[in-house]
Amino acid sequence: MTQTTALGVQYGPREGYADDVTRELVLELHRGMVRIRLFEEHAGKLVESGDMPGFLHLYVGEEAVATGVMSVLTDADQMTSTHRGHGHAIAKGAQFRPMFAELYGKTTGYCKGRGGSMHIGDTNKGMLGANAIVGGGIPIAVGAAFASQYRGDGTVAASFFGDGATNIGAFHEAVNMAAVWDLPILFICENNGYAEFTAQGNHMKLEDIAERAASYGIPGVVVDGMDVLAVRAVAVAAVERAKAGHGPTLIEAKTYRYFDHQGIKGMRIPYRDAAEVEAWRERDAIKLLEVIGTERDLVSAKEFADIWSQTEAEILEAIEFARNSPEPDPADILDDVYTV
Amino acid sequence: MTTRELTYVKAFNEGLHQVMAADPDVFLIGEDVAGYGGVFHMFDGLLTEFGPKRVKDTPIAEQAIIGLGVGAAARGLRPVCDLMFMDFVGVAMDQIFNQAAKMKYMFGGGVSVPLTITTAGGGGMSAAAQHSQSLEAWLAHIPGLKVAMPASAYDAKGLIVGAIRDDNPTIVVMNKKMLGMKGPVPEELYAIPMGQANVVREGSDVTIVAIARMVVEATKAAATLEAEGISVEIIDPRTVQPLDTDTIVTSVKKTNRAVIVHEAVEFGGIGAEISSQIQEAAFDYLDAPVARVAAPFSPSPYSPILENAYMPDAARIAARVRAVVGRG
Ligand SMILES: Cc1ncc(C[n+]2csc(CCOP(=O)(O)OP(=O)(O)O)c2C)c(N)n1
Ligand SMILES: [Mg+2]
Repeated sequence: MTQTTALGVQYGPREGYADDVTRELVLELHRGMVRIRLFEEHAGKLVESGDMPGFLHLYVGEEAVATGVMSVLTDADQMTSTHRGHGHAIAKGAQFRPMFAELYGKTTGYCKGRGGSMHIGDTNKGMLGANAIVGGGIPIAVGAAFASQYRGDGTVAASFFGDGATNIGAFHEAVNMAAVWDLPILFICENNGYAEFTAQGNHMKLEDIAERAASYGIPGVVVDGMDVLAVRAVAVAAVERAKAGHGPTLIEAKTYRYFDHQGIKGMRIPYRDAAEVEAWRERDAIKLLEVIGTERDLVSAKEFADIWSQTEAEILEAIEFARNSPEPDPADILDDVYTV
Repeated sequence: MTTRELTYVKAFNEGLHQVMAADPDVFLIGEDVAGYGGVFHMFDGLLTEFGPKRVKDTPIAEQAIIGLGVGAAARGLRPVCDLMFMDFVGVAMDQIFNQAAKMKYMFGGGVSVPLTITTAGGGGMSAAAQHSQSLEAWLAHIPGLKVAMPASAYDAKGLIVGAIRDDNPTIVVMNKKMLGMKGPVPEELYAIPMGQANVVREGSDVTIVAIARMVVEATKAAATLEAEGISVEIIDPRTVQPLDTDTIVTSVKKTNRAVIVHEAVEFGGIGAEISSQIQEAAFDYLDAPVARVAAPFSPSPYSPILENAYMPDAARIAARVRAVVGRG
């Protein structure tokens, strides 16, 4: 059943979309989401216990968005991320060891300890980095999409950003330009209902951000961001459209972050109530996929449980690796400022 | 006059409360400044005291935040527009340097822009390349702007009040690492005018001109050096635009040596300007070349080990002073 908003935006598939789902796909998507969930929970605890430096914006609750979209991209497709970027990186293929090493500021990290949480990513896997400037990545993804079109190599770009980011000028300029030039790009708005501590209703008049697409003359799609199969389905359609030369799609995934804007535990002033958090947790994306997988006899509960425990073990090993990795040498501080 | 110990951020906050109570034309906008009181507590309690007409949360839209401030200021209001992290001036730069800074001059003096921009700069928190910068030289380079950098609780209060009362676009750069530092602060409302340096400590062998949190590091270095028989005078310019060259030059004429310290990268930093001013006005008094202690020419690294090496500290300052007085 599809729904349509007042401005004609189509809600993404909700029923009947997953009839052709395979066991392999369920396993892949499940593992992908669990990898993010456990990575984030461990990282959050390590920072809050003082073991790891810096501060983190955790992606727990939103795993289905990165996992669903990235499951249709290849390493050659380019992606830009946000301050909340660990999930995007892991979904795009980043490995635990250099991820944790980066958060520990070690030489074995993806950015050699230079970037940390807010700049994490594997440039060899089509990541143009996490970004600490809200909206900063959106025009960059448009540039990557321009390069795809210019080279005619059949690749696409994907840009992830939050609900709050759609209020910044860079979003408007970038999406419009991509639309005008029919660039092969997916704009994925992760609408978690808040920009920091400001609820969506206080930072914009719209309920469905996908409606903004109409002002650029491109399709806007709303999708349940807690349903990885639904996210994947709209991403498939958007990639097809992009590769066919028809230009961008704005995908709005309705989702929720379970933890605070920064770190796990709530900061000093409550800005959302516990019931709201609980209600979203009830619709957890990983739980939903486990239900679908077991109900359809594609994957057993035991197999799902094994994914959790295997991933946990892999993470603990990666944390040890990161802890034991060498610290950067201050003598090298000027390396990589310029390309030489 | 009653004076208490307040934290740097509380002193700033008190100044804002008092100046808003005194002047109904002052209002505050920015991201999460109202309901949340700002991510650094800088704006705690203002919404409760002054209500949603005068204290407003904005969408994430730095260009519009500053632009709105410019327009409202041109109409005679006294906006305080917050940019959270100093790095975000980049997003709003057109409104800051092409618009706010130039309106008075471009329009033949016809309009004033009594806009105050608040933000937090500086490193030391593993916040990496886009959340740790000290960009004061960039801003001080623009005719029409003023740039204040409080280095004590007393100055945090006095400079935010002074900035709001100033009839020009003024940026008050709070330092993230100083937020919890305490110091004596008078209860009543007072303003520190732009362009008045503070002689933080008197001495006779060398002048350290220190910017923002580097005043704290220089003070630590001065104590160490004193035990070694080196007497250090410390000047905090408080505002880098306008720059109180007179106070700096007077000090250097007395001590005959100068070391300039800032967190920003050395190349093209405000230290280059200060050094140039000193040698132009006091060349014959100098017993040693003017020295600088500042960050190397790279973005701010994330790793604590790299960041510690990146940021000047008391030990590096002391070592430089020893070299300058010939005891290195
Ligand atoms: C240009 C800019 N302005 C403000 C900030 C501070 N900031 C960091 S995250 C954030 C909220 C972003 O909200 P949203 O886009 O919805 O992403 P979410 O955090 O919800 O994932 C803000 C205001 C920033 N990093 N960059
Ligand atoms: Mg959000």
